[in-house]
Amino acid sequence: MVDVDEQDAAGRRRTAVPPRRRRVQRVPAALLLPAALGLGFLVLPLAGLVIRAPWATLPQRLTEPGVFTALRLSLQTATFATVACVVVGVPLAWLLARVEFPGRRLVRALVTVPLVLPPVVGGVALLLVFGRRGIVGGWLYATFGVSLPFTTVGVVVAEAFVAMPFLVIAVEGALRGADTRYEEAAATLGAGRWTTFTHVTVPLVAPGIAAGAVLCWARALGEFGATITFAGNYPGITQTMPLAVYQTIEGGDLPGAVVLSLILLVVSVTILAALRDKWISSA
Amino acid sequence: MTAVHPVPAAGSALDAHVVVDRGGFRLDLRLRIDAGEVVGLLGPNGAGKTTALRALAGLQPLTGGHITLDGRDLDRPDRRLWTPAEHRPIGVVFQEYLLFPHLTALDNVAFGPRRHGVDRRTARSQAVEWLARVGLADHARAKPRHLSGGQAQRVALARALAVDPRLLLLDEPLAALDARTRLDTRAELHRHLTDHPGATLLVTHDPLDALVLADRLVIIEDGEVVQEGDAATITAQPRTDYVARLVGLNLYRGTADGHTVQVGGRTGDPFAFAVADPLHGDAFVAFPPSAVALHPQQPLGSPRNTWPATITGLQRHGDNLRVQLDGPIGVAADITPAAAVHLHLAPGQPVWVAVKAAETRAYPADARPATRTAPET
Repeated sequence: MVDVDEQDAAGRRRTAVPPRRRRVQRVPAALLLPAALGLGFLVLPLAGLVIRAPWATLPQRLTEPGVFTALRLSLQTATFATVACVVVGVPLAWLLARVEFPGRRLVRALVTVPLVLPPVVGGVALLLVFGRRGIVGGWLYATFGVSLPFTTVGVVVAEAFVAMPFLVIAVEGALRGADTRYEEAAATLGAGRWTTFTHVTVPLVAPGIAAGAVLCWARALGEFGATITFAGNYPGITQTMPLAVYQTIEGGDLPGAVVLSLILLVVSVTILAALRDKWISSA
Repeated sequence: MTAVHPVPAAGSALDAHVVVDRGGFRLDLRLRIDAGEVVGLLGPNGAGKTTALRALAGLQPLTGGHITLDGRDLDRPDRRLWTPAEHRPIGVVFQEYLLFPHLTALDNVAFGPRRHGVDRRTARSQAVEWLARVGLADHARAKPRHLSGGQAQRVALARALAVDPRLLLLDEPLAALDARTRLDTRAELHRHLTDHPGATLLVTHDPLDALVLADRLVIIEDGEVVQEGDAATITAQPRTDYVARLVGLNLYRGTADGHTVQVGGRTGDPFAFAVADPLHGDAFVAFPPSAVALHPQQPLGSPRNTWPATITGLQRHGDNLRVQLDGPIGVAADITPAAAVHLHLAPGQPVWVAVKAAETRAYPADARPATRTAPET
């Protein structure tokens, strides 16, 4: 009964009937109720942050030196991680979308593993590989004297590891949806594969790359588990905002945690909204 | 066509034997085009026209044969020679133009010269020149989505010509345009193709485009050439039902003996056609629908081909009515609306069909097997 109603409603929306009929469309209570519950569940915690924020002491809390440091570190590492993801993720997405090679399905599955992997497990895995005694990390340390764990670069590595699948999946989808005949047209005009990629393919899928980068950035900004496992929690070096929130709440300072959370919320929503407006107006 | 290779290889810019095998479909097409010549490749949907174009452009490898342009082998599977599309001196105007949506008209045209090593400033000034030549100088800064269909077609042509190709390929260049724009664009395209010093292959399924734009026609069906020659020959002497329909003629195949051609009737009985041109052996008989007269009773006393038939369909055709008739042989007739009213024509109605021998053309059919005409006697 409920299923039939839903199909009906969806069908009507798709076939774009005159607005007169859409207005009288009845939303079944069996759907409306859980929908409202779901919405409340998503919105209420955010409202709680705003309601319970210590507005009186907010100005002085905002100016505490640790807050700005953590925020700056968060924005920097998330941005660097996103740049790194774009640099290697877009070619990877292109490979997955455009080149037939044996084991492509396996590679695609591997790319999405960090999506479903608990971030803490990702952090442990990163330690095993990039740690001072890890497979790659040992070599890095022996050859260049470079050690990634518990450094700011380590934060970027952890965030990139967790966030890159978002970018690859978004860009691969865009590439699959893009019309390859434009690339053929470029070839007939004398463009090699690399030039075609940079001059035709990338501009064509730019909206997809942008959407992927936003997702990637947002995921990196909120990264916690892999970061704290792989890079630790050192203020000024590896303590990003989520880590600062965690430490503050562990220290029993709930109002402090609320302030930090609020800042993170406002900053990320503002930046995402600004980017979104820019793309929508330019598209 | 008795001669499959009408032009000696030495004089041709393009000398190609395009063989592409693709899951049950085989394209086998020999093509020679001189510099400055426009060849129209005509055929029904699925005949292999686009496959041929893609193979020539380097977007689809040959499985056999060869593509030689100005004496240089571009694709020759037996010698493992293959030149990728970007290194072939070939320009393509795609059916849907495929102008890069993120570039202006100017940058679309400048794209080719830039890829050929021309510096940005020179490439842009060349592009301005080309846009001026196709009459779009004031649309240089427009993005493709702001161009009309006819304008986009001209930008696509300018873009393909800007790399100075030795072979220009046009894939249904006018198919995406409305009737009015098509007329103007066809005339303009004709002018540019005449100016183009290289060889041109025009792929189309529109006989009018082919007749107006091409110097010579090659007609393919099911991946094989069924007829080639100049427009006059093909319109006068079609060799398959498809070509006959294209040029609007009734066509029958049979065996000639002097002034009579026995063609296979629908019922299996031979049907004797009286023709004006004396002939012997395997032959075609063709006549235009306008040469067919319809009568309510059997016409008497004139040396005509007459037979009883039944009307199966009626449709407008220009100022006239085209009547489809079934009988010992199927035939199409064009009659005036006045005559139609006089005869009370309606589907299912029996009439008598008459065709004057003087209005039929009979010509020898060669022994080539690739003919899909009326069954032989």
